[in-house]
Parts: sequence; structure tokens; C-alpha cells
Amino acid sequence: MSENSLRLRGKVAAVLGDNVNTDLIYPGRFLNITDRAMTAEHLFELACPDLRGQIRPGDFLVAGKNFGCGSSREQATAAVKYAGVGAVIAASFARIFYRNSINLGLPLVVSKPALSKLRPGDKTEIDLAAGIIRNLTTGESIEAAPLDPRAVELLEAGGLIPYLRQKHAA
Amino acid sequence: MAMTLAEKILARASGRETVAPDEIVVAVVDLAMSHENADLVRNGAFATGIGATEMAGVWTEGRLWFKIPSTIRIEVAGELRPWVSAKDLILFIVGRLGADGADYRAVEFDGPVIRRMTVASRMVLANLAMEMGAKVAFTPVDETLCAYLAERAGERLVPGDRYAPDPGAGYERMLEIDAGAALDEPQVACPHAVDNVKPLSALGEVPVDQAVVGSCTNGRLEDLAVAARVLEGRRVHPRTRLLVIPASQQIYREAMRLGYLETFIAAGAMVNPPGCGPCVGGHQGILAAGEACISTTNRNFIGRMGSKDSQVYLASPAVVAASAVAGRIVHPETICEETAHERELSPAAR
Repeated sequence: MSENSLRLRGKVAAVLGDNVNTDLIYPGRFLNITDRAMTAEHLFELACPDLRGQIRPGDFLVAGKNFGCGSSREQATAAVKYAGVGAVIAASFARIFYRNSINLGLPLVVSKPALSKLRPGDKTEIDLAAGIIRNLTTGESIEAAPLDPRAVELLEAGGLIPYLRQKHAA
Repeated sequence: MAMTLAEKILARASGRETVAPDEIVVAVVDLAMSHENADLVRNGAFATGIGATEMAGVWTEGRLWFKIPSTIRIEVAGELRPWVSAKDLILFIVGRLGADGADYRAVEFDGPVIRRMTVASRMVLANLAMEMGAKVAFTPVDETLCAYLAERAGERLVPGDRYAPDPGAGYERMLEIDAGAALDEPQVACPHAVDNVKPLSALGEVPVDQAVVGSCTNGRLEDLAVAARVLEGRRVHPRTRLLVIPASQQIYREAMRLGYLETFIAAGAMVNPPGCGPCVGGHQGILAAGEACISTTNRNFIGRMGSKDSQVYLASPAVVAASAVAGRIVHPETICEETAHERELSPAAR
């Protein structure tokens, strides 16, 4: 990612509720798939399979608290990322999902007010480092937590593996 | 500065005198295991789950960044009632704190009830603490644990300050539970969330197509012992499939030696190989649309064990075995008269 890519633009693809668990995001029966790009074909398979067809590259998902709870399966993060989601905005994230996402280069934004201030279809801009969300459709600014500098570093590298490759090549 | 156990361990591992919640440290990792094993918590170690990519990072670097978690301390006093087990206690706690009640936090379990528990029962607490988001869960490093480690690993651990929180450590929250008063009866997590917990009597009539005893959560020898005592001389209800899944090969073999497997098979149960099996919707016991299952496993999310139109209830081995006999969710006392005192005398729960 370049410096500019810490500023993201997209539209809200969907607004989800609390406690969206990793079984809902990516059911256990597909854990045998090892090609990460292919995991996107089963995103939200049980809960809302139509949603993945509506996601355009760079779109955002908005959710309530504890997004990504349950199993630590990394495929849940991969499926969201390879479906084209540009960032997930949620009131809070489950711990392992959070780390998995930063490690795979999927930006996450913690914002409590976002849930009530973003609607599906809203054009939105996120400044990850500053922690600001702008709803370009309504013109409203929405408070978010700035990303930890360590997470910014990993996202800029494109995730943990590229980050470590760069580090060891230097 | 007085520290919680999580803070003490992470301070040591990161070469710091003290640490405080929300600080970021880089800690040396002593042991990296594939697949989640929350049960390591028994060891007075800081054991936490990570993803596959992060594991590759640990292999490369030998270190990991951690945000120091704040700690919730849960002290359990009193006495568990008959047929109320560690599983019921932790379901009760998860129900009370909620699915994110301990998100990114450490949990210390302590108190007389915990200290009287076998190591196997303590593992159930740690296992399910993850279902309220906990980063790590500790049970006491005491004589019970040290004897267990000496027997299994030849490890000579001596209980002491190193493995205990400092007096006066700062907790985000303290919870005191009187086990006898708080838990009248077994608890059940109802579809489709682990924190959707109700006392068994509040469920009403729930017929079950499948019952599962086992897995990482409740597949240890004492769990199989309780299930065998409930099933001894009884038959699984014609409408219900009962699957028994020992947590490991060692437990499988020991259960065979003690005759539990014979009891299960005579009762009409299927004994499956150790592994995740139907818990994760993998194989052998996948639920069809419209089916209901009562299980000792750890998650009951929509579609977790098969069809998105199936229902999963989580409960203790005793409740699951009794429900398999009744063909519906029942309190074990409705089919047996065994008391907790007798249960304590069972060889596996010694």
C-alpha cells in the first residue's frame, strides 16, 4: 500500500448487526479450501449468500460489536478481503479476527457511532491513520479510533508476510 | 507495582519490570502449537490463540506483539449442586458477561469451587472463556495442578508467587459467584449464540434428533465417566442419535479399559474417533434441516453443525447423555437418582 491507500474511498455494501461470528462469515465446511482467493466464493454462505455478489471492489462492510467472534479461522478474514471489501467498520472486533485482518492486509476501523450513521449505498471516505470516517452522502464526519502505528506499518506493507519479507530482505 | 497474572507473565516475557493494560509489548514466545489449544491455560502459562499467518510470523521471529489486556477476576465460592458441573458454571458466566464480555481481556478464575475442581474440569472453564472473547484464562496453579503435571509430564512445578497474581493487583472487574445460590440447576446455551444461556427448566419441551458427548470442550475421561453412569443399563431414545467423541487417543483407550465404551455401545451410541467431527460441521453427525442437537461442544452458531435450519443446544455431558435417553432435553435427575456425592466417588473424577 502506498501512503495514499491509508485513505480509502468506497460505498457501504451492507450494515450488519452485533456478534457476526466467523461461522456466519465463512462456514467450517469450506475450511478444506486452501486457495485464499477462492474463499471469497463462500463468504456469508449460510447467512446472506446474495451479499457477496453485491460487493464491488473497495466497498465497506459496517457492523455492530464483536465482529468476527468465534473460531479463529483465518479463512473468515480472507473471504472478506478477497470478496473485494476495502475495510470493515465495526463498533468492536473479536481479538483474533482483528489480528488476522491486519496480518492479511484487510483494514479494520473501530467506530461506535458508525453503525447509526452509515446506510447501505452511502459513499464513504476513511482516513485510517487519523481515525476519521466521512459519510460523503450525508456530509457527516464520524469519529473512529486511529489505527495503532504498528498496524499501519503492517497494512502499508500489505500484511505480515510481505512485511517480514521486506524486513529480512533489507 | 502489583500486577495481575497476565501482566506478570507478559512483563517477564517482554523483559520489563512492570506493564499496564493497553500498553503494547513484544514478548518472547516459548511454545508455538498449531491449532488452538486454550487448555494450555492450566499450566500457569499465558496461552492465547492466533491465526495461521501470525503463526508463520512467530516461527520467523520467535516473538509476538501483545496489547496488555486488562483482567476480570471471577471468584466462585459455595458448592456446586448435584448435576451442576464446570460446564454449567462457565455457561452461566458466559451468559452473564455476554459474547464480548471479556473481549481482549484476561480472566482469572479462583475461589474454593475452582480449587476443588479436577484439572479436567478447569480446562472446561478455560475452553469456554474464549466464547466471551477472553484473550487468556487462568485457573490457580495449586497442588492439584502440580500433581497433575508431575504425573503427566514429570514437571516439578511448585506453586508460588511466580504463578499467582500480586495481592492488590488492579482488576477491571471483580465477579463473586456463590455457586449453590446462583446455579439451581444445569444450564443450557440455546440457539444460536453461546451467551443465550437459560436454566434447563426454562426450556420447555425440546425434542432432540442428535446428542453429542465429547470434543475439546467435554471429551475428557471424567466427562465420559459421567455420561457412562447416566447411560448404564439404559437405551438411547429411538428418535435420537448419540455420538461419543473422546478428546484424545489416550482418553479413548482409557475409556475402553474402564468399560465406558462398552456401556455407550450397549446403550446404542456411536463412538467416533477423537477430533472436531460434527462440532465444526466437518463429518459424521452433520445436522439436516429442521434437526435439533444437544451437544457438549463449544459453539452453537447458525449452521455450525450442518444445515442453517438446524438448532444446536450446548450443555454438560450429564444433561446430554440424559437427553439422549429421553429423546428430549431433560435434567439428568429425571432419569437417574445419582447424587453429586456418588459422582465424586466415580474413579475418573478423583
